[in-house]
Amino acid sequence: MEGGTRLENANPLIFQRSGERQLTTEEEDEEFADPIDDREIFDLIRTINDPEHPLSLEELNVVEQVRVRVSDDDSTVSVEFTPTIPHCSMATLIGLSIKVKLLRSLPERFKIDVHITPGAHASEQAVNKQLGDKERVAAALENSHLLEVVNQCLSSRT
Amino acid sequence: MAGNGALLLGLVEQFVTGMQDSKAADTVTGVKKGQFTVLELVEWKGCTMAGNGALLLGLVEQFVTGMQDSKAADTVTGVKKGQFTVLELVEVLGSSLTSSEPRTRGRGIQLLSQVLQQCCTSLSEKEELKGLGADFVFGFVQAIDGEKDPRNLLLAFQIAQNILYRNYELGSFTEELFEVTSCYFPIDFYPPPNDPYGISREELILSLRAVLAGTPRFAEFLLPLLIEKLDSDVQSSKLDSLQTLAACAAGYGHKELKEFLPSLWSSVRREVFQTASEKVESAGLSALRSLTACLSCSVLDSDSEDSLDTFLDLVLKDCQHHLCEPDLKLVWPSTKLLQTAASASYRASYKITAAVVPLLLEQYNNHTQNAQRRTLVEVLQGFIQLPWGSHTEEGDENPLTGYRQPLCALVFSALTESSPTLQTAAVQTLTALGTQPGLLSGEDIDLAADHLTRLVLREEEPQTCSAAMEAAGSLARLHPTAFAFRMVPALKQEIVSAMEECEGRPTAQSQQALRQRSLKALSTVSTHPSLVQETVPIILQALCVSHKGSASFELEEVVSACRSLQQITELAKDSEESGRYFHQTVIPRLLGLAVQASLQGGGAPNPLIEERVLSAMVPIFSTACGCLHTQLAAHTTSLVLSLFLDGDASFLPENNFPLQFQLLKVEVPNTDRLLSELEELSCSCVHPFTHTSAAKCFAGLVNKHPAGEQLDSILKRSVKRIESGLGSDSPNRMQVFTLLLWVSKALLLRYHPLSTILTDKLLSLLVDRELGSLAADGFALLMNDSTDVLNRACHADVRMMYRQRFFTETAPKLVLGFNCAPEERKSSYLKALSHILNSLPRQVQITELPSLLPLLLEALSCPDHGVQLSTLSCLHPLLLDTPQVMTSHLETLLSRLLGLTASPAMKVRITSLQCLKALTRLPEHVVLPSRPRILRALAVPLGDKKRLVRREAVLARGEW
Repeated sequence: MEGGTRLENANPLIFQRSGERQLTTEEEDEEFADPIDDREIFDLIRTINDPEHPLSLEELNVVEQVRVRVSDDDSTVSVEFTPTIPHCSMATLIGLSIKVKLLRSLPERFKIDVHITPGAHASEQAVNKQLGDKERVAAALENSHLLEVVNQCLSSRT
Repeated sequence: MAGNGALLLGLVEQFVTGMQDSKAADTVTGVKKGQFTVLELVEWKGCTMAGNGALLLGLVEQFVTGMQDSKAADTVTGVKKGQFTVLELVEVLGSSLTSSEPRTRGRGIQLLSQVLQQCCTSLSEKEELKGLGADFVFGFVQAIDGEKDPRNLLLAFQIAQNILYRNYELGSFTEELFEVTSCYFPIDFYPPPNDPYGISREELILSLRAVLAGTPRFAEFLLPLLIEKLDSDVQSSKLDSLQTLAACAAGYGHKELKEFLPSLWSSVRREVFQTASEKVESAGLSALRSLTACLSCSVLDSDSEDSLDTFLDLVLKDCQHHLCEPDLKLVWPSTKLLQTAASASYRASYKITAAVVPLLLEQYNNHTQNAQRRTLVEVLQGFIQLPWGSHTEEGDENPLTGYRQPLCALVFSALTESSPTLQTAAVQTLTALGTQPGLLSGEDIDLAADHLTRLVLREEEPQTCSAAMEAAGSLARLHPTAFAFRMVPALKQEIVSAMEECEGRPTAQSQQALRQRSLKALSTVSTHPSLVQETVPIILQALCVSHKGSASFELEEVVSACRSLQQITELAKDSEESGRYFHQTVIPRLLGLAVQASLQGGGAPNPLIEERVLSAMVPIFSTACGCLHTQLAAHTTSLVLSLFLDGDASFLPENNFPLQFQLLKVEVPNTDRLLSELEELSCSCVHPFTHTSAAKCFAGLVNKHPAGEQLDSILKRSVKRIESGLGSDSPNRMQVFTLLLWVSKALLLRYHPLSTILTDKLLSLLVDRELGSLAADGFALLMNDSTDVLNRACHADVRMMYRQRFFTETAPKLVLGFNCAPEERKSSYLKALSHILNSLPRQVQITELPSLLPLLLEALSCPDHGVQLSTLSCLHPLLLDTPQVMTSHLETLLSRLLGLTASPAMKVRITSLQCLKALTRLPEHVVLPSRPRILRALAVPLGDKKRLVRREAVLARGEW
């Protein structure tokens, strides 16, 4: 972002952050096995920073818990995200960040699918195709500049 | 360097012979040979002027090239005595200031700055520099132009600061001086990694800022520069510009600022609106504050317009409309800007409040969604809480006074809304309103108390309820009467009516919760002495009823009643009035209740003899006694003591009252008898609570007992008893062990010589089959502060640094013991060690740990989960603070930690993952080789069956 230049969407809507997950007694119980559920996946991605704003994807409503579907038994995760404006040029980057975060945070058995909420972006299909293509994702992450930007999105806010 | 020296030497000689003054030549030679010191010369010979010139040259030369620091002081003396002028000094320095050798330049500048600094008082008297100023400044500007060495720059900035501060004549060189310094702005110097000179970036930034912001005469050059630098992409340069702006605005008047206000404002606004960094934001806000403050106190010319007004209009125009869109991002930055501007001065706050508050009130009515309304209420709260600058005078009216009516209406209506977050925000706003002196009327306060009572008693949402309690607490301090008449009776009603209704019937769950809530509310509200006297009787009454045995009171409730009472005691600690009240009414009453309860015995189960209730009661006494006056305390003590000694001790099987003796500084009568009673009780009683209490009590008294023969004989007796009691066939080993622990602690705290014997005893118990692990845990007790006795609040005799002392004494013994202990007993030693380490202050840990690291690593591979956990929790802060010390053990540490991530105990898995995460703080070249391996290993816990473990694994892996 360059000082003085206008942001694409300078004054976006802000949504409330959901709090920390409540600790249940079952989670403290040694024997009980907690399944990986929607909320857990959502907790992983909700804190990702937006590339443009000092806000998390959750605050911008780019990701919502209802748009996260996980099946622990089938080892599949599906995440839909909604760019704030239909022409958002950052859509691919946001998708890539979500994907990388999940790749790093989930056991290998999971198949991860990240795509744009249907009808939310002008070039929806192109972006989805890029994100779905394993090799393109891998190639993108070889690019050190891109990797740095992704890491910046994923870094915890100080 | 040598050539330079020879050249200068030649110069000196020519100069001297040219003046035909051989005496001076001799002197200089003398000085050079070190035959006499310069000071002696000055005093004894009283040199001629020509001699002075030569002398100065010699001094300068010796200082600059000869690296003799003392010559600077001599030069200073010379200048002070008027032997040479500063101008002459600058001339002589000329060649060294333009030298190509940075060191020579540095020495030259150093000399000049020392002279200027030390002679400034005499100089300003003589007005010497002011007169000659312009030339001097020009010389200076030429001298430092293009300087690159940070050391020299730092000195140069200091000189420049001096020039500005002493108000020297800058003449036509103002711009030159600004140019020559401002070209370094913003500083982007980073010291090399092994910086030998210790010059930090921060130092340079601050000294340059002092120069640039030092005088209003720079304003016309500085402000455009700042505006330009604010456009930069570099974060640090933005930050520096904003901070410099804040610094310089403090010294400017509106005349300097006026021209640049619009562009300054738009730059600041842009930064606050768009930045991602909190630092930049807060720097921007403080720049805005100091701009506004400066405009507020500038004296106006009669013909010029009020620039504060104009500026605030600008601010309002750009920010106000964002407040109308409460769910968009810019609400908060705008709010912050407005609030900052308003907090700068009374006038500013008046103007902004007058514009914003009506707007917010209107917006609240226009928006119907709870989330939007909540944001508006929160924004409003910020404006209510504004500290209106330091310029408030007595007569000034609170800017909010005019809006009291609508504000109250808004807050009260928000309190009845259904959304808990909106309610919470409203409660906080209400507190803010109530704490504004003289804003609310009596009726408003009454209404507020009613609302809060309703929220406290009826609200389902825990968040709102606790916010309401907090608000009640802080408002009750300011308006005690309203709460005494409105809230307290309602709470009492709730407690008492529940008691009457449910006589003989088990209470419903909901009612119980309600009663507990009322009790808690009573305690939070008791923030004023007059309220304490209202609330305490209610709780006492409740306890009384429970004592009478109507089964309606659950154990839980009695405990919470005691807790409430204790909380009140804490709150009322500072007030003498309440202290006396507690002493005269509360303590005798409580004691009476407890004694009666235990006397009844058998029969109906009485909650007051339950251990938990009694342990909840003890802190009440402790706190109350801790703050009593000596006289009162003595009285209470003698009362309780006679109860304990002269009553039949056997009838109080759960007697714990003596605990409070230790609190008192006063002489306790009959100590000897008391001590032997206690010792007996602690060694023989089978009831665990009683013998522990007795042991604690004994320890407390021993800790305070004045040293001397009496104490020695008491201790001798008990040590003997302990030794015999610990024999493996003794029936009371447990009890004696407890006594041993507490007595060791008591002696350890006061550095008593006998403590070593006792702790050695404890160490030897580590290999004991039965008591080994208990003894290891005992070390935790020795090292940590206990809440009820032997702490500073009880006036115990606690020496400084007793932990460190104990550690240095014990650690070698532990290591030794560990090495010779049989395999299956080693874990006790490790556990004891990690307990001691855990309680040591961080600095000591860091210095001591490296030597103990091998042992700790050993502890990680010990199969006991407890040992693993305590070692990990000891390592973790260390890894966070100073990971360097681990570098040499990294390989072992890593494999141990990675092994522990598969431990069957969840907590061990979690902490080991946290430690692994902390390891990422090591320098890259150290950790990089292990990275692939760790990433692979961390993939396993990602699939852990426990969510908490997975969460840590995600964090750790993300870091790697």
